[in-house]
Amino acid sequence: MASPVDRQLIGESQAARTHLALAGALGVLSAALILAQAGLLADIIARAALHHVTLSAVESELIALAAVLLTRALVNGGFELSGRWGAFRVMSQLRGRLIRRLLLETPEQRPQAGRTGELATTAVQGIDALESYFAGYLPQLVLATVVPLAVIAWVITLDPITAGILALTVPILIGFMILVGKGARAQAQQRWRALALLGAHFLDVVQGLATLRAYRREDAQEQILLDVGERYRSETMATLRTAFISAFVLELCAMIGTALVAATIGVQLISGTLGLQAGLTVLLLAPEMYGPLRQVGQQFHASTDASTASEKIFRALDGLPTITRSSRPRRASNPAQAPVEFHSVDYEYPGREGSVLSGVDLELEPGLITALLGHSGAGKSTIARLLMRLADPTSGSLTCAGVDLRELDLEGWRNQIAWVPQRPTLFTGTIAQNIALCRPRATRTEIQRAAGAAGVEKFISRLPHDLETQVGEGARRLSAGQAQRIALARAFLADRPLLLLDEPTAHLDDESTQTISETIRALAHGRTTLLIVHHPLLTQLADRLHVVRFGRVDEPSGQGIANPPPIAERSRVAA
Amino acid sequence: MTQRRTPALLRLATPANGELRRLVLSVALATGAALAAIALLGTSGYLISRAAERPPILMLMVTIVAVRAFGLTRAVMRYGERLASHDLALRQLGRLRQRFYRSLVPLIPGGLESRSGDLLSRFVADIDTLKDLYLRVVIPGLVSLLVLISATLATWLILPTAGLTVLLSLTLAILLLPWLSGTVAFRAARRQAPARSRLTSELIEGIDGASELALSGQAVAHAERLTRSDNRLARIARSDALASSAAATAGGVLSGIGVLALLLVAIPAVHSGALSGVLLAALVFLMLAAYDSILPLSAAARSLRVCAIAAGRLQEIALQPPAVTNPPTPRQPTGTGELSVEHLSFRYEPDQPSVLNHLTLRIAPGEHVAVTGPSGVGKSTLAELLVRFNDPTGGRLTLDGIDLRELSQHEIRAAVVLCAQDCHVFNTTIRENLLIARRDATEEQILDALAIVELDEWATGLPHGLDTLMGQDGELASGGQRQRIALARTLLSDARFLILDEPTAHLDVKLAHRVMRNVLAQSSERGLLFITHDPSLAQTCDRIVALEHLPASLLCA
Repeated sequence: MASPVDRQLIGESQAARTHLALAGALGVLSAALILAQAGLLADIIARAALHHVTLSAVESELIALAAVLLTRALVNGGFELSGRWGAFRVMSQLRGRLIRRLLLETPEQRPQAGRTGELATTAVQGIDALESYFAGYLPQLVLATVVPLAVIAWVITLDPITAGILALTVPILIGFMILVGKGARAQAQQRWRALALLGAHFLDVVQGLATLRAYRREDAQEQILLDVGERYRSETMATLRTAFISAFVLELCAMIGTALVAATIGVQLISGTLGLQAGLTVLLLAPEMYGPLRQVGQQFHASTDASTASEKIFRALDGLPTITRSSRPRRASNPAQAPVEFHSVDYEYPGREGSVLSGVDLELEPGLITALLGHSGAGKSTIARLLMRLADPTSGSLTCAGVDLRELDLEGWRNQIAWVPQRPTLFTGTIAQNIALCRPRATRTEIQRAAGAAGVEKFISRLPHDLETQVGEGARRLSAGQAQRIALARAFLADRPLLLLDEPTAHLDDESTQTISETIRALAHGRTTLLIVHHPLLTQLADRLHVVRFGRVDEPSGQGIANPPPIAERSRVAA
Repeated sequence: MTQRRTPALLRLATPANGELRRLVLSVALATGAALAAIALLGTSGYLISRAAERPPILMLMVTIVAVRAFGLTRAVMRYGERLASHDLALRQLGRLRQRFYRSLVPLIPGGLESRSGDLLSRFVADIDTLKDLYLRVVIPGLVSLLVLISATLATWLILPTAGLTVLLSLTLAILLLPWLSGTVAFRAARRQAPARSRLTSELIEGIDGASELALSGQAVAHAERLTRSDNRLARIARSDALASSAAATAGGVLSGIGVLALLLVAIPAVHSGALSGVLLAALVFLMLAAYDSILPLSAAARSLRVCAIAAGRLQEIALQPPAVTNPPTPRQPTGTGELSVEHLSFRYEPDQPSVLNHLTLRIAPGEHVAVTGPSGVGKSTLAELLVRFNDPTGGRLTLDGIDLRELSQHEIRAAVVLCAQDCHVFNTTIRENLLIARRDATEEQILDALAIVELDEWATGLPHGLDTLMGQDGELASGGQRQRIALARTLLSDARFLILDEPTAHLDVKLAHRVMRNVLAQSSERGLLFITHDPSLAQTCDRIVALEHLPASLLCA
């Protein structure tokens, strides 16, 4: 229990502070009701037990007790409600910040595949993990502070000796909770990690089932699963034996505390120094005091989970540098008419050793197709990212018509670029909506024309609803090649002066590549084009061809490649 | 068939061998702990009331000792119960994993839409959920029942009308509270799930396509859409929280009514002399403590619903018929013949057009055949049929002249090995990944196989060499390297026929050609079916079979 409250989490949000204040107020009210209930109940029992009174003699007390019980039920309900509503507010706020960050401030192409899943998990599940923290643990922590204080203060006025006992056991309890926090937390984390590992192992096996069957290993794997599970069980039980000891001591402390209080009160009653009503009140209050303390111990895992989750959330919030916006942005000139140039550009990923690009000089001549050829990882895609200002160079500069891109209006510059990425994203909606991404108000005819030009029409005629077929998450999955054609149609419709094509035929066979290359030739007409390729056929389209090696760009060769692979020669028709 | 009608959850809850003993132990310890807590408070109430009559202190010594003993018992039993129930849960988890693994094996691939990773993750998560069945549902349920009986009996002995009051109010609470909170939680889950999944998918799209959104000028619009989805989810969650706190309030009111009712019954009894005054406090305290011990029931009811949904989903998978079954008396392949395909047709669903039509093809030992064709023409389907992951809808496949359906699956896959397009690389060492194909392979054989795919230097250069872990989803290696490891694994096997489905799709042209040359040289003795979309690679084989889409006019016929 490094700190019972995650300061960053609380400090970050106004909603969280309001939430905590409300929980505090309701906690105080709840403590007052606990005292009232114990006092009234003790009074009624004492009078009935000692004086054998009739019901009517305690009528008003019974009515008062009924009122207190009802109010307490309502306050408890309200306490829970305010906790959860507050939690939702905090969660929405954080999610909103995360969305703004990821979509607007750092719309970076996430470099590694799989990162998306993790970020989305952080934004949805990670933030949901905070619910049990804000709705459960934090209010309980408030109760665990307010109620014991109120009870002890009240008991002092009734019986200082038992108040002393209670006051003594509380630090012991809290001390043990800290121990639980420190020792068992590490153990618990280890245990959950092991459990997660075991789960991941099982998932790995299940995902590879087809492979296991192909090699007749499915039965052997069943035995391995059993063995791994059994080994994990015996190891876990060994750690649990010690981990549960702290909980045992906590329980023991609360129970023995109550028993001690009962015995002490009994002795004082016999000696006549204490009345029955006071004695009963104190006895009723003892478990009420230990209750919230034990609860908070039980919910401690929520605080662990929340710090793990919040760590991830804040890491995602801090992750990438924001693209700076010029304070006095200039209008971008038309890159179809003015050259776009790289001047000794270096780039390295923030927080990572080694540069991705070093000393890159490159000119995109207006109206021409410049192709970049090179192995994956050579830095071709980074060049495209810099052009789109999804990242800015570590040193050196990019200019359009001699003006540094960083001085231009960011949106204005990006709106000049049509981009066909390697793996285009299809957004939930119809194919037509996806084609019209850059121009949502495009007419039906324009969309159809773009679809025709990009060869989308060829495969949509096989689909049930033509251009109106739903795609994206949870709907029809299109092949990578089909998605790329839709992205090409997007670029046609967008009709922007600078065209960036990143491996536009990565997923296509030769025949399709041939048709696509004609499409690209049509699309590039009258625009400045950067073409990133590994397929030799497409290099035939290039007016200028550069080879990218280890973050460096070689001098352009006027036509083709110095040493073209065999296929390129055979299919020279396109050149 | 009767099995099918038994609710899935009930069958899963039936303890297996060795579990019953532990279940009884857990329930006994949990009940003991609950009763000790109740007895502690009840006895304390009696102790104080008796003390107020100022008897000699010795008269109370037994009670004082009893109170402490109850406190100690409670703590010890609770400790024992937690250990026993966790042990039980872990054992159950192991049993469930094994059981559902076994039911999944004949379904993948072929039976289920197995390519959806989503389905498999849910399968794994559902089993994880079910491990809580005993811990959170069965044990608390049984415990509250036993507490109800014991508390009723104890109060009955003190005062029969009080016993009746306790029985009525506790029964009401046991029936009403779990139902109420379970219903509220279930409704919340049902209402929130669509909103939540919509938010998740919009988020994934947004993050995936963040740069495209930024370029197209749609980023702000998408962010606003996300905020709207988030608000919608929050709105539903708020109203569900209202319902759930209303349920909690009802619980408080119910226990209040119980305490008042007990007072209304017991105070006149003390007045009339039917109940001794010293026992009044004991009765009330006992009742209060009994309420505390049935509180976990609400959570149990919520878990029950979650478990029931998970069990239902798992059962659905478990009841699927396997795609293929072994013949009752399998024949033995001779070990020398050909692998052949005769008039093969296949369709996935009766109402879908067939992907393969009257295909005939044979591969002799040592013969290398390439299959080409546009995507969707049925190349990968052919590969899966050749190792009998599925059976053809028309025609037949034979090994050594024997129909595959007359051979055991093990015999087929010993002779014919498939390197599928989406071959899985396991999260274990490189060595283990390769040994899957051949348990007794030597270090030399492994390195030879890696050399064919030009990964031997890469592997030996890694910090732990062949014993380097691949990481989850094989993240150590790139897509191309993963594919080459899968290919090396296939080459390591001693099968007579290899089916290679696009083994070089992620490799650059030059490397693909080199690897292919190596593969063909290594497999001079065995038959090889090489599926590719690259005609230049196909040229390297002895024969090329080109599959084509049927013209649309034939599809309708």
